[in-house]
Amino acid sequence: MLHIHYFAAVREALGREGEQVELPRGVTTVADLIRHLRGADSAFERMIASQEQVLVAVNQAVTGGDGPIRDGDEIAFFPPMSGG
Amino acid sequence: MERISIQTDDFDVGAEYRQICADAPGAGAVVTFSGLVRNFHEVGSGDEVRELRLEHYPGMTEQRILDIVRQAERRWELLAVRVIHRIGALRPGDQIVFAGVAARHRGEAFQAANFIMDYLKSEAAFWKKQVTQSGSEWISTRGSDKQALSRWQASAD
Repeated sequence: MLHIHYFAAVREALGREGEQVELPRGVTTVADLIRHLRGADSAFERMIASQEQVLVAVNQAVTGGDGPIRDGDEIAFFPPMSGG
Repeated sequence: MERISIQTDDFDVGAEYRQICADAPGAGAVVTFSGLVRNFHEVGSGDEVRELRLEHYPGMTEQRILDIVRQAERRWELLAVRVIHRIGALRPGDQIVFAGVAARHRGEAFQAANFIMDYLKSEAAFWKKQVTQSGSEWISTRGSDKQALSRWQASAD
């Protein structure tokens, strides 16, 4: 099971805060997961298309497309941060 | 020692300053920075801001700030560091962020406070949405904040 969270503009574009997803067969990296979600979920595809930039964190660390994903991981999608 | 808080409540700069002094016996300098919510923003409609809504990623935000503070502690000899970042709905003039640093000498304290703020602006997991009379919009990281960050990276060992 993957624990997926969405924040800020990404959450609003999807209309949900997160979800639990069974680790799809063949998904071992962030790029694999994004490819899977874009194909499986039209709302996710529309969200990706509408956002200028989406960052991904695996277990609370921002990672690139080649970042590994394992069962039980916490995955988050969000726009670039702006603190302060 | 470092203390980090993410909170909806306001903070008292005087009380924070006194606590930093108490945490850092031997300090010769304490630098504190307070950030306030501006009533306009450089990007977007230019309309007056009525409210700023901040959200964060619980857990990750705290960890990233701690990472930033530890980087500062490796660069300079610091005796105490305090960071507070507010979340939730804030209004123009409200305090939004506090950074306080104690060191033996002022140079280290000034530089470390500056460094922590520069990193906090674009590296910590916060998102801001501004509400004006014409609607609401998410604010992305300003180009000037990215530039502020690059000067520390250029001088990194």
